[in-house]
Amino acid sequence: MAKNADRITELRVEGITKRFPGTLACDAISLRVGEGEALALVGENGAGKTTLMNILMGLYQPDEGKIFINGSPVRFRTPNDAYAAGIGMVHQHFMLVPNMTVAENVALGSAELRGRFRLNLGAARARIRQISERYGLAVLPDAYVWQLSVGEQQRVELVKTLCFGAKFLILDEPTSALTPQETDELIALLSRMTADMPLIFISHKLAEVKALSNKVTILRAGRVAFSGDTADHSSADLAALMTGHEVKLPCNECADGCGETLLAVRDLKVRSDRGHYALDGASLEVRAGEILGLAGVSGNGQRELADALAGLRSAESGSIALAGTELSGLAPRQIIGAGMGYIPEDRQTEGIVPSFSVSENLTLKDFASPRFAAGPFLRLKAADANAAELKKRYDIRCPSTATPAGSLSGGNIQKVILARELARGPKALVAVYPTRGLDMGAEEFIHKRLLELRCEGVAVLLISEELDELMNLSDRIAVIYKGRILATIPAQEATRARLGALMAGLREEEGATA
Amino acid sequence: MNRTYRTLYSAAIILAAAAAAVGIGALVLMAIGVSVPETYRVILTEPFKDMYGITEILVRTVPLILVGLGIAISFRSGILNIGAEGQMQIGILAATAVALALPNLPKWLLLPLVLLAGALGGALWGSIAGLLKARLGVNEILSTVMLNYIAAQLHGFLLRGPMIDPAELQVGSGTPQSMRLPKAAWLDRILTGYRLHWGLAIALGLAVIVYFLMWRTTWGFRMRAAGAEAKAARYAGIRVESCLAAAMILAGAFAGLAGAIEVTGVHRRAIEGVSAGYGFSGIVVALFGGLHPAGIVPSAFFFGLLLIGADMTQRALSVPANMVLVLQGAVILSIVSAKTWLNDPYARDKAVRKMAALFGGGRK
Repeated sequence: MAKNADRITELRVEGITKRFPGTLACDAISLRVGEGEALALVGENGAGKTTLMNILMGLYQPDEGKIFINGSPVRFRTPNDAYAAGIGMVHQHFMLVPNMTVAENVALGSAELRGRFRLNLGAARARIRQISERYGLAVLPDAYVWQLSVGEQQRVELVKTLCFGAKFLILDEPTSALTPQETDELIALLSRMTADMPLIFISHKLAEVKALSNKVTILRAGRVAFSGDTADHSSADLAALMTGHEVKLPCNECADGCGETLLAVRDLKVRSDRGHYALDGASLEVRAGEILGLAGVSGNGQRELADALAGLRSAESGSIALAGTELSGLAPRQIIGAGMGYIPEDRQTEGIVPSFSVSENLTLKDFASPRFAAGPFLRLKAADANAAELKKRYDIRCPSTATPAGSLSGGNIQKVILARELARGPKALVAVYPTRGLDMGAEEFIHKRLLELRCEGVAVLLISEELDELMNLSDRIAVIYKGRILATIPAQEATRARLGALMAGLREEEGATA
Repeated sequence: MNRTYRTLYSAAIILAAAAAAVGIGALVLMAIGVSVPETYRVILTEPFKDMYGITEILVRTVPLILVGLGIAISFRSGILNIGAEGQMQIGILAATAVALALPNLPKWLLLPLVLLAGALGGALWGSIAGLLKARLGVNEILSTVMLNYIAAQLHGFLLRGPMIDPAELQVGSGTPQSMRLPKAAWLDRILTGYRLHWGLAIALGLAVIVYFLMWRTTWGFRMRAAGAEAKAARYAGIRVESCLAAAMILAGAFAGLAGAIEVTGVHRRAIEGVSAGYGFSGIVVALFGGLHPAGIVPSAFFFGLLLIGADMTQRALSVPANMVLVLQGAVILSIVSAKTWLNDPYARDKAVRKMAALFGGGRK
């Protein structure tokens, strides 16, 4: 049995098929990862990547197909079976208890280190130290998880998985929450580890695929669309294979058509939920026909700035002006009325009412306007006609406009939100992480629409962590750090290194220039 | 083909839920040592044997519809109102007080005034929980349950003290009830000789109005959006807190009106126990009716039937009428479990595939 092998030298799946309501999530997928290999698994949202990994982890049973480790067939009925066979998974969302220490978190998940009544913390510490040294993973066993940065937490996840005896790693979008520097470090670390154990990682970011993997498998609609050596293909080739058509993420190339300042934030001070100043005197200006990118590691005041711009969090002092109208102190309704468009951070719960139909969600801000209401009565026909038109114009893929919006895919939900906001003809648009977690096809669509808005003279504030997105779309990039705008630089002068340094809080005069 | 299987699956789940409710009830009936089929036969068929039974079911249906409509409005708007019983009692007190204070007004003026007073009383009681929730974020389940106790004590105090019928004091029997209402405050009976009154028409009319209010007006859209996802509603500029307060006030008004109609239509005076648990049964009625007027009306009729049937089993088979509470509980449990199965697309799809494998039929 493969269980007792010291190392996993080969993991092979053959003809895995898994059906879900209305869809074939995995359709006869076969792939193989051998010794010293890192396989990148890429594909659009809903292509079947996560389902396949959940099958490898024993969370789902395949309807058909087999899994082989070191050549012998295995069956995982539960995640414990998969762990026992040496497969470890690092999830996209961290599975850590924040108010416990690293050692406690490790001991908690391991049957050996968790005695009947108390955790064996000594053994956990020893194990952590051993793993840290072996792979150069710096982790303090006695630090509390809540004290750690996102990048450090990611390392703890990795250490935890290794402490459980993983001999094969599965990583689901491991870099999605990391800063550029942290991403580079993680990629370097994983490259070193590949020598010891094979791994599969899921990613949307082709740059990482190129940097880390030596083999790549592309899934499309549940099937293997392509499988080959990474080195033989360019990023553009891979993107085309992934979406089925040539992808050209649009760039902000048209001439500088910026007009006067439309959206101006001055000396804004806003408290966070915990009571401290999350925004501590932030100022920025967005001009008509300009995309201002706001870069920063999440948690540096972006959320509070976005809330304040929507009118959902009151400002302690400072001002927000849209085309000369003072917005701070106004209710959300009035801010919307003043011409503010908004793409919220959490599209599932802030952007749409999930149980409402697509049609209802498309009129969520205008249901009481004369267009959609006659006096107190809703004009349902007008709403349906509006929905049919927007569905076509924005290519919203849904069975019908009466479908509950919450049942759509992330990309299509984002299209519903975008359609609603753009159809209202806003003067300014605040887009908060608009492409987070979306596949390249949806990302391309959203980028194109944002650039169109810019050409129409709308002031766009783009809050994002994706440096490529910021550099491709923005006219200028502002970097937020601990509630203040550290610097605002023209996009042409921005480099990954320079932005990364600013995001880490290094002021330019302290060194670390491009 | 698959659509047929899917319908079959839903039907099977609903049947299984019904069977489970009947089964749980049967276990309890067996435990108290009575004939199970006979009890169910009496509950479900005996009330339909004569006009008395049918009209009495409808008498119970009226307050259940009214309370259920209020519950549906509040639940749909995101506030879990458990306080209908108390709101109903305050409505009873307010309606009775107005009717007794203005005995000389003509009927066309007094009756509407009395019903309005009942609705306002309930609304006032509901607004306490509503404002506490909107202003201070006080959990409405706790506040409404607590307000039920206060309302019950107030109700008991007033009917035993300041509002008690002076005749009761003279005779010395001391039954906690008010004076008889003036005739001008009576809701007329529909058929002579039976207690069924025109409150039924009011309840059915309001069911239609609630449907239009919640699903066809901007006001209803706002309320439902606030209830379905408060965060998205806030981003869309809806003042969620006002919606919560409004929902609570309206739910209270419906419960208060139910109380006023019970007093003016059935008892013609306030008596302790008029609310009779309608405020709690109304929650079950609303949930069983899918929080929609079109479901609440038949569901209220069904629970009215259970109440009358239970009365009859008590007389015919000496099964305690409280058995109906057990059945209500069994129905709630079955609804909740059936919903998790009905809403689980994975379970449904698995079942559909199994059926397709057994009986043939394509994947698509």
